[in-house]
Amino acid sequence: MCHVILNQIEPRNELGSFFLPLLWGGSHLTNQTNPIRFFILTCFTFNNNDYIGFLFIPGQVAELTEGYKKRGLPYLFLLPAIVLIAGFMIYPVGTVFYYSLHNFFLNRAWANGFIGLGNFRQILHDPLFYSSLAVTAKWVFWEVSLQLMIGLAIALLLNRSFKGRGLVRALVFSPWAISGVLTALMWSMMYNQHMGVINDLLTKLGWIKTNVAWLGGVHTAFWAVVVAELWRGIPFFAITLLAALQTIPGELYESCAVDGGGKWVAFLKITLPYLKETIILSSLLRVVWEFNNVNTIYAMTGGGPANLTTTLSMYIANEAIRTNNFGYGSALMVVGFFILLIFAAVYLKASRFGKED
Amino acid sequence: MNIGHRFYRCLSLHLPLTAILTFVLFPFYWTLNTSLKYERDIMKVPLKYLPDPVTFQNFTETWNTVGFGRYFRNSLIVATVTVAFIVTFSLLAGYALTRFRFRGKQLMIFLLLCTQFIPGVMLLIPLFIIFKKLGLISNLASLVIAYTTFQLPFNAILMRGFIKNIPNDIEEAALIDGCNRIQAILYVVLPILLPGIVATAAFAFIGCWNEFIFALMFISRSDLFTIPVALHSMQGEYDVNYGYLAAGSIIAMIPPFLMFAYVQKYLVQGLSAGSVKG
Repeated sequence: MCHVILNQIEPRNELGSFFLPLLWGGSHLTNQTNPIRFFILTCFTFNNNDYIGFLFIPGQVAELTEGYKKRGLPYLFLLPAIVLIAGFMIYPVGTVFYYSLHNFFLNRAWANGFIGLGNFRQILHDPLFYSSLAVTAKWVFWEVSLQLMIGLAIALLLNRSFKGRGLVRALVFSPWAISGVLTALMWSMMYNQHMGVINDLLTKLGWIKTNVAWLGGVHTAFWAVVVAELWRGIPFFAITLLAALQTIPGELYESCAVDGGGKWVAFLKITLPYLKETIILSSLLRVVWEFNNVNTIYAMTGGGPANLTTTLSMYIANEAIRTNNFGYGSALMVVGFFILLIFAAVYLKASRFGKED
Repeated sequence: MNIGHRFYRCLSLHLPLTAILTFVLFPFYWTLNTSLKYERDIMKVPLKYLPDPVTFQNFTETWNTVGFGRYFRNSLIVATVTVAFIVTFSLLAGYALTRFRFRGKQLMIFLLLCTQFIPGVMLLIPLFIIFKKLGLISNLASLVIAYTTFQLPFNAILMRGFIKNIPNDIEEAALIDGCNRIQAILYVVLPILLPGIVATAAFAFIGCWNEFIFALMFISRSDLFTIPVALHSMQGEYDVNYGYLAAGSIIAMIPPFLMFAYVQKYLVQGLSAGSVKG
């Protein structure tokens, strides 16, 4: 029952017609004729850090059945959602722009006040801002590309038939239910210099002679966090891509084999083109997600050593939580928000999303 | 031929599968292993790959002495109340956006989708200030409000999709037979939606249970910590007790795993069923 419903959620066009014009005002997407129709299966968006998982699954487009005319009832039904979203999302986002123009320390009220673009000028001369941008780019690039590639490999494997496939799938996807903090804790214990199992295993293999302080080392900290986050992030791509793989008609592969095409030909000519849109969209969502993701980094290194794991979001979180420098933090948020928005627009445009080849 | 085929299958399928499963499951195994060891065994070199002797002391002490019982309760309260709100509100919103025609409908849908682009970190400071004004800092209500708001838009869109797939005729029949609108929703729409609702609720629950950065920002009283914040503060202590930390981690992952175990069959099998149909 449920899977039937789950599979018939939202046509991709809907997403296209709402999101994309927002990004660059184009309307060329609404009249596309792409036969693959995508559905969002599930997203639970804790945009914030944890869960944003959009799955795009082809399926049937549900007929829109419009109902009855009633005056007040729909508004009454929507009231809680409107109040919450307006009061605790839209209004706060507005205030971020307002605070970004202010000197605003929580504990130093005497110094607070309007300073115009002062915070933004300070950002331009802030070395930590530039280094955090570089770390962010590195973080997002490695996380998304590795998650995508490994996730794709896993999806291809799990799409084959073998005994115990259901169980293996469930196990492989399980880190997806684990929080960033928990991931950080488990991996921190394994990375530990003195009692960590990773040092122990590598010593046994003879790869290292002395124990390494993985999270404290200048050369290792970043990669140690990347691996931990990969562990938690790969299932997202594996689930999404597996779902998309299952929609490729088997006859295509048969006819490809009849025509003498090998496995690689089939992969390049059938699998990849079919997965293209899923890959583009899920990668974008993942970029946004990893850009904003602070949980794992916050709990593993706190941005250290020497700010080598301080991404922009991590910098903002530190300004907000540790130093309570709300004005400067807000200004950083504004900058980060626009960076993401521009990236999303350019990315979708460059990848020719939604267009026929 | 047969042997060669088997060898190839082993090399291309079972070997990578084993590697993946090892990578995925090793952290779980190691955390469980650590949580079942005595403190002295955890630090002892060479490391023990199986707890010997086994003890459940870490679990009982984490639960009672460290106060994980309380943190667990806090997390459970927040997650349960939030999920109840999310399901109710998103059901109402989803219903209105499907079955009614009214002014501002498209705007509302657009708005819901737009909210998905707002990064959570961006709300950290302004929400803190709002909750401070409302006197809700160090109050679990602040988390309930923040989580509900954050998850509501997506769940409303999801519910709208679910409801769209229920033929209007069924409801119309109920209305003709003398039900009013609310009765039609309660007795006709809800039962059909139930599996979908349970799945969404499970997703929302995992999201609430795992949330960290808002909880860290808004809750400063240690007796109100949720589990992720409690784990983080334990890790930050000068003298970290790894046995407690591991036991706490195991306790923390039980509820989301139970939810995941329930949802994953829809996630995994449901997709293939859909592909056959679609």
